[in-house]
Amino acid sequence: MKKLIVLCCLFISPMLFAQQNFDEVEIQTLKVRDNIFMLVGSGGNITVQTGNEGVLIIDTQYAELSEKILSAIRKLSDKPIRHIINTHHHGDHIGGNANLRAAGFTPVGGNVGGDLSDAGEGARILAHENVLLNLVSDENVDPEMWPTLTYFNEKKDFWFNDEGIRVIHQPNAHTNGDSIVFFRKSDVITTGDAYITSYYPYIDMSSGGSIQGFIDAANNIIDLIIPVYGQDGGTLVIPGHGRLSDIGDVINWREMLTIVRDRIKDLKDKGMSLEEVLAAEPTRDYDPRWAGQGIFSTENFVTSVYMTLED
Amino acid sequence: MFSGIQTTFYYDVSGGKVMGKSICRLSILILVSLLSFSASAEKNLSGVWVGNYSEDYPDRLPGPELGDYGGLPISDAVRMRAESWSASLIALPEYQCRVHPSDYASSFANIRIWEERDPISEELVAIRIQHFAWQTRRTIWMDGREHPPEYARHTSMGFSTGEWVGHQLKIKTTHLKEGWLRRNGVTRSDQATVTEYFIRHGDILTWTVIIDDPVYLEEPFIRNRDYIYSIDDQVASYPCDPVIEMVREPGYIPHHLPGENTDMLIYSQRHDIPLEGAMGGPMTMYPEYMERLEELPKPSELDDEE
Repeated sequence: MKKLIVLCCLFISPMLFAQQNFDEVEIQTLKVRDNIFMLVGSGGNITVQTGNEGVLIIDTQYAELSEKILSAIRKLSDKPIRHIINTHHHGDHIGGNANLRAAGFTPVGGNVGGDLSDAGEGARILAHENVLLNLVSDENVDPEMWPTLTYFNEKKDFWFNDEGIRVIHQPNAHTNGDSIVFFRKSDVITTGDAYITSYYPYIDMSSGGSIQGFIDAANNIIDLIIPVYGQDGGTLVIPGHGRLSDIGDVINWREMLTIVRDRIKDLKDKGMSLEEVLAAEPTRDYDPRWAGQGIFSTENFVTSVYMTLED
Repeated sequence: MFSGIQTTFYYDVSGGKVMGKSICRLSILILVSLLSFSASAEKNLSGVWVGNYSEDYPDRLPGPELGDYGGLPISDAVRMRAESWSASLIALPEYQCRVHPSDYASSFANIRIWEERDPISEELVAIRIQHFAWQTRRTIWMDGREHPPEYARHTSMGFSTGEWVGHQLKIKTTHLKEGWLRRNGVTRSDQATVTEYFIRHGDILTWTVIIDDPVYLEEPFIRNRDYIYSIDDQVASYPCDPVIEMVREPGYIPHHLPGENTDMLIYSQRHDIPLEGAMGGPMTMYPEYMERLEELPKPSELDDEE
């Protein structure tokens, strides 16, 4: 029964994230680089890139916060929103898609696009194909929130506001549709929930998440980072939740994930059941720092690591 | 600069017989004003200070022994992390040039302190400290600014603000990255708040650091270091360039699985200290613990029983 309850907690609709009071939420803005900003409110962190061509944003938090988010963006730039990138399909990251998309536009033309009367309406929403598939399969999700452009291979590159932007698919980490975004000139990486600083990771098993995918994501992020001497700075990392980071924080995160994986794998290889592994408290040293409530609890984390370990 | 002006006024006032009465009064007024500014607390800490290594020497330049957590008010959780720690970790390229955090770095060799003052008002804006170890530099803001929000970046030096309490410089530091209490695996979390005091007694400088870590400490940890003012020394450079020392699988993290780290026993066995004492905890900080230590079996006695 206990196992069943845990599993029910792990397999939840993305829209269930959006159940809270937003009246007192303020959108805080943190400057990351000259034209890159991190917006913090409720839900996942938002990245904003500004420039002559317009505004690019990564993730949109909740619909109820869109007006406040738009107001914060307008303090940074009066240019139109041109691109929205979704790092994955959860409601705390895509809830504002429809509202923020409507505040922007997409240039259209040519011999086909120009003939479509609504082709230019709203900003483009880019995500990995699995984000769209996950949203389409959830009848609670308004189609207006769906991505308007998807990619299905390893990466999607484009040039915007005088810099190259690489959207990289990170398979089976937080979900099966994770993207991390690398601003090559600004030297900033936005990770979505493949890396967070607040709690243990939430491995969304119902959407293909896995502990190994999280570790692979951490290693790939570290591989992209070039630190300054002393490691306080260099490439900066905007996490899905929590504080602005650099290599030191990501290394600590990877260390925790790897050690916990190794411990649980060792216990599982010895034939221990999930209940026995939970009783062994394999994360006792990390719990005071990383354990949260509900989907971020120790029990959920250990359970999902156990269940997604490769044999 | 102020002491020079002050001396001049002393001289003028004492030689006031040749000065006009109004000038003399003005001089006294300015002198009182200057003295009150000086007595408001600020001490000049600037200069190069050389570490006094007779205190806690084994814990500093040679480094702590494996399994020596005695005297640290650590929790059971961080003891487990220390048990998991492997010294091979620092052979990984991304760990090789990790700098000591600001609450630890001053333990090594010389430090340089200098002031940053507003060029017009001469108000003290910041005090800068450079450590020999990894050439790290930290800033203690003295202009009353607030600490940044939690979502701002954490660094190895943290964000520090200072104030004068009497003649002591009191510093509050937040926004630290995860660091260490001892460099043998005893972790200090990124949630810690550090309070420091720099106290100058002539050519002696005492640095007291008090670490409050709600994650890994059961009581605050307090450490003192003394320095001697030097007119002959400088702070050397400290280049660091990571290299691959050993070819390993990508993402490999050296560590010990729970219950498998026999290195934990090294300190206890080498010095014949009861293991409980070597494993630390708040009780091991206090003199009364010596009595309990006498009652506990030493490793050599346990060997005899076997």
